Amino acid sequence: MKKRNLFSSLLDWVWESRSDLYENMTIRDDDEEVNVITKAEHKEDIVKVKEKVFDAADRGSFRKWRFLYKILAVVFAVFFSAVLLITVGQLPKIGDINNPANNEVEKRYIEKGLEETGATNIVAGMILDYRAFDTLGESHVLFVAAIAVTILLRLDKSERDPEDTKITETITEAEEEDKIFEPHHDAILQKVAMLLVPIIILFGIYVILNGHLSPGGGFSGGAIIGAGLILYLNAFGFEKTERFFNEKVYKTVIFSGLAFYALAKCYAFFCGANGLDSHISKGIPGHILSAGLILPLDIAVGCVVACTMYAFYAMFRKGGL
Amino acid sequence: MRDFVQNFPLFSIILCLVSSSASSLLKGKAAKWVNTVLICVVGAMSLTLTFYCLANGSFTYTMGHVPAPWGNEVRGGVLEGAMGTFFCLIMLLSMTGGRKKLLEEVEDTKQNLYYILVNLMLCSLIALVYTNDLFTAYVFVEINTISACGLIMIRQNGRTIEAAVRYMIMSLLGSGLFLVGICLLYDITGHLLMSNIKESVQALVESGQYGEPLLIAIAFMMMGLAIKSALFPFHAWLPDAYGYSTISSAAILSSLVSKGYIFLLIKIIYRVIGFEVVRESLLLNVTFVFAGLGIIFGSISAMREDDIRRMVSFSSVAQIGYIYLGISLGTQAGMVAAVFQILSHAATKSMLFISAIGLTDASNTSRKFKDLTGSAYRNKIAGMGFAAGALSMVGIPLFSGFISKLLFMQAAVANYGKMLPTMIVLAISTILNAIYFMKTVVRIYSPERDLYKDREGFKVIHTREQIEYTCTVILFIALNVALGLCSGPILELIGKGLEMFA
Repeated sequence: MKKRNLFSSLLDWVWESRSDLYENMTIRDDDEEVNVITKAEHKEDIVKVKEKVFDAADRGSFRKWRFLYKILAVVFAVFFSAVLLITVGQLPKIGDINNPANNEVEKRYIEKGLEETGATNIVAGMILDYRAFDTLGESHVLFVAAIAVTILLRLDKSERDPEDTKITETITEAEEEDKIFEPHHDAILQKVAMLLVPIIILFGIYVILNGHLSPGGGFSGGAIIGAGLILYLNAFGFEKTERFFNEKVYKTVIFSGLAFYALAKCYAFFCGANGLDSHISKGIPGHILSAGLILPLDIAVGCVVACTMYAFYAMFRKGGL
Repeated sequence: MRDFVQNFPLFSIILCLVSSSASSLLKGKAAKWVNTVLICVVGAMSLTLTFYCLANGSFTYTMGHVPAPWGNEVRGGVLEGAMGTFFCLIMLLSMTGGRKKLLEEVEDTKQNLYYILVNLMLCSLIALVYTNDLFTAYVFVEINTISACGLIMIRQNGRTIEAAVRYMIMSLLGSGLFLVGICLLYDITGHLLMSNIKESVQALVESGQYGEPLLIAIAFMMMGLAIKSALFPFHAWLPDAYGYSTISSAAILSSLVSKGYIFLLIKIIYRVIGFEVVRESLLLNVTFVFAGLGIIFGSISAMREDDIRRMVSFSSVAQIGYIYLGISLGTQAGMVAAVFQILSHAATKSMLFISAIGLTDASNTSRKFKDLTGSAYRNKIAGMGFAAGALSMVGIPLFSGFISKLLFMQAAVANYGKMLPTMIVLAISTILNAIYFMKTVVRIYSPERDLYKDREGFKVIHTREQIEYTCTVILFIALNVALGLCSGPILELIGKGLEMFA
């Protein structure tokens, strides 16, 4: 083997041309043929899709309109930009104390927020207590987005017709294609992931649990945990993650998180609207176990967000968890 | 302690949310039953609420322990309750009518996902109907948009994916404009609650402050909702989305989703901006022009179609135009006509879609008019449904369409400036409607049985093979005739509801 200096071998590793830093490390098998579409084929595909979807051959009149569309688009864009700029110029000045937005609503959030919600983080108090109904809707926006992605991307074996070879082939093909680009024994990635993943997930848990005390909360903490899970998946592959995270776990976590959120808030709304005492203690502000429902709700939202992030990634990679 | 009935809006929304997340764990068949029971329960609750409000007047309901400008709030009234009941009824009928098609066209492992989307759609519609807070409305508009997209693309072929992408782009543009409108309005009023915004807007109009931002905010909100409900120049996404999705989706999208947005617009006009302010802003003249153009161009496009489902879809463009025409007249009578047209169109359009699928099923699933000749003899109940729907669309007495056309005429006579154009547009559109709907009815009732005797797929479908479908179509016809014959009490209800709005 030719002697090489460290720099050039590092460069080689970066460009993925050679992988001789470690014996058993494979970044990509050069022998394996990857199905790459050439530019010409890609163009052909576009034409085919256009013909199939739009009946382009029959509707030549569309081509004539195209030029007009382009001009109109520019005119509209300029017009709307001008309208918006003029409007912004007429709006109240930012930071002026006499602005309409500085009214009794904001005053109460700031002055009485701590007392009424028990949360030191006023933002958490606002989104999970004062305006919790909006946040309840918002967490279901995430859920419905996950469902829509599932509809589009998940590949299922049909229960009605288990011998359907076409779909089985598609699934195997998707899994094999996924394996081509998956590093098998990338030692650097694995070591770094071993080090980083626990820290990232721990940090995410910290952000969630401190949502009512400091900036953070369910949405941001859940996103951090999701990122940690995705890094773990990239380093160690689906086989390892499937040991603790499969479709069943995903569904159960999502259901229990959302159902808990909806039912807990239903109870709180019902008590609040009917003037009943909800018996939810606000605790001592600043303590970790305080602020009533905000902490459990943050945990529920965090679980849902983390699972959804991971599921999006897995769905885009191979069409299933 | 409140009356127990006042909790019903909260219970309906929570029930929809919990059942949708629970359906992700269930199999298709169990999810179907959950969905059916849910729609019935929510409908029953809305009906109870309507009668409660008729007796006791409207009420507001705090969502939480903090009162309204700080916390969220929902509002119950006669019109809200009636709309909720009606939406549930139409949704139930659309689901039962398209059940068989759903089993064929959607993968069996994704059946439960369909019911999740329908549950969430119902949730967002109910929330849009009851909400008293502008930002809550926006959150549920988001749920509505994404679940509508899912409903379009769950039948996976090239056309539906393309239709869903188009719908997504146009609908997100609408949501974006709506959100910009809310932001501007918040900036100049400092509130998100509908009744508080109205007070501030009244004060602003009197003092003459922030005139242009207010106008732009109203214009953006109206434009956003117009795009989402497919008013004329923004209707390009509509024919594909309604024409190629599975039939329950098409019925729900055409009769409920766009109506939910229009109801929100009416709510904004009455409860956020104030009817007088909107009328004086002259924006209604702009929507009047587009509504008139939409009625005529929608009908012309429908006439040129060779595909029964796309024809029915294009006729939606014209019917949405009617609703906006009623709103644009700027009078109480026009608004009553618009609300009645919402009901009438929802009942008729879903019936037309459901009947059309019965006709195509008896014609080797071909949707071309040539193959549909005589199909009403092969599937008798579907033929009856389509004929009744067509008669209602044209405006024959006995059916609901007649009453809504009559109301539009009466409202137009009372409005001096817009009388003539409204009359002309309505006359032209009635003729065009008659041409393309009667053409279809004549074709499906042309007795050319021998022509298709031996061709594959052109089979006679008996009533006993499709009991659920038959019941659905009969109920649809009954609903339509009920709207046409008992319009008196319904109009009284709408009038009372609109009074409570202001």
